[in-house]
Amino acid sequence: MSIMEYNGGSVVAMKGKNCVAIASDLRLGNQAMTVATNFEKVFPVTDSLYCGLAGLATDVITLRERFRYRVNMYTIKEERQIEPATFAQLVSSTLYERRFGPYFVEPVIAGISKKTGEPFIAAADLIGCLNFAKDFVVCGTASDKLFGVAEGLWEPDMAAEDLFETISQTLMNAVDRDAFSGWGAIVHVITPEKVISRTLKARMD
Amino acid sequence: MAECSFGLVGKGYVLIASDTSASRSIVKMKENEDKIKGLGPNLMMAYGGEPGDTIQFAEYVERNLRLYHIRHNHTLRPASAAAWIRRSLADSLRSRHPYSVNLILGGYDHTSSMPNLYWIDYLGTMVEVPFAAHGYGAYFALATLDRFHDPEATLEEGLETLKRCINEVEKRLIISLGKFMVKIIDRNGMREVEL
Repeated sequence: MSIMEYNGGSVVAMKGKNCVAIASDLRLGNQAMTVATNFEKVFPVTDSLYCGLAGLATDVITLRERFRYRVNMYTIKEERQIEPATFAQLVSSTLYERRFGPYFVEPVIAGISKKTGEPFIAAADLIGCLNFAKDFVVCGTASDKLFGVAEGLWEPDMAAEDLFETISQTLMNAVDRDAFSGWGAIVHVITPEKVISRTLKARMD
Repeated sequence: MAECSFGLVGKGYVLIASDTSASRSIVKMKENEDKIKGLGPNLMMAYGGEPGDTIQFAEYVERNLRLYHIRHNHTLRPASAAAWIRRSLADSLRSRHPYSVNLILGGYDHTSSMPNLYWIDYLGTMVEVPFAAHGYGAYFALATLDRFHDPEATLEEGLETLKRCINEVEKRLIISLGKFMVKIIDRNGMREVEL
């Protein structure tokens, strides 16, 4: 029994052409017992930046609140919205603050830079070691399966609609092979103009 | 874990049931213990876990919510109260002596005219659910609730579903939990109901 697998859940993010997508499953469990099927793990940070948190559910909620607080403080002090790359450093330092008593959460960040318009994705481990990827990042109990499916489906320079299809199929096919993830999914596709959020009709067994 | 509580949301009300036994190890000390605490006029909480921690934490929550009521002349809404209680448990988890308390929180939000039910465990995990259960009984009750729960059910139908859960637990769980106490919150406030 690992504390990272106590509640279950998975998150994935992918880069496309001038767009990014981030998706999570909706399960909250207590070991093998499913408690809820409406537990979202992806949260908006700004209107073009989202953060997904997979791991111990209590820390998912605590960290969401902590990030919201720190981003609000940043926005007030700097009088501008936070950039995705800056937010990634904020996530990293927040986690590393607890180096010897960590939050049991692996964050995934996806957004589009307001300055350059460049898509951005990143992931970190539970003590804040950042991983900047140019294709996709995964985390959670189905991360091994997500790596496999994403490796097979992802292509460079996908448009928003293709990216939505790819990330949805990746997530759904990965979580169907994982007992601790699944029970529905939610996908956010971020483009420079707007964010499209869709809940997927997934297998509920 | 040898304790059991359920909750479910129906049309305009929320029901919470809890067993009434107070036990230590294998010995039953009392069989009419009220383990559902009212927290103001539109909120209630079923608590279970480490004896001592449970009452200490429940009273801590009760007094703090009462203090908020006195200071601000209105009570916290269920969602806000739930968030505060969750944070108390999450902070306590990383302290030297964490509270070992599992909760089911039910409330009626007069602002949105909706009943709310929250499942909270000792780690500070919180989720809003249509029905919830804690303890060994959860393994049987959740299956029953998956089959029979209806968010649009009348009070009579809701109580019927709750009875099914209790019967299932009494039938399949090797431990006898004794009698159950049921409380309801709707727009008229909290009261106890007989099954």
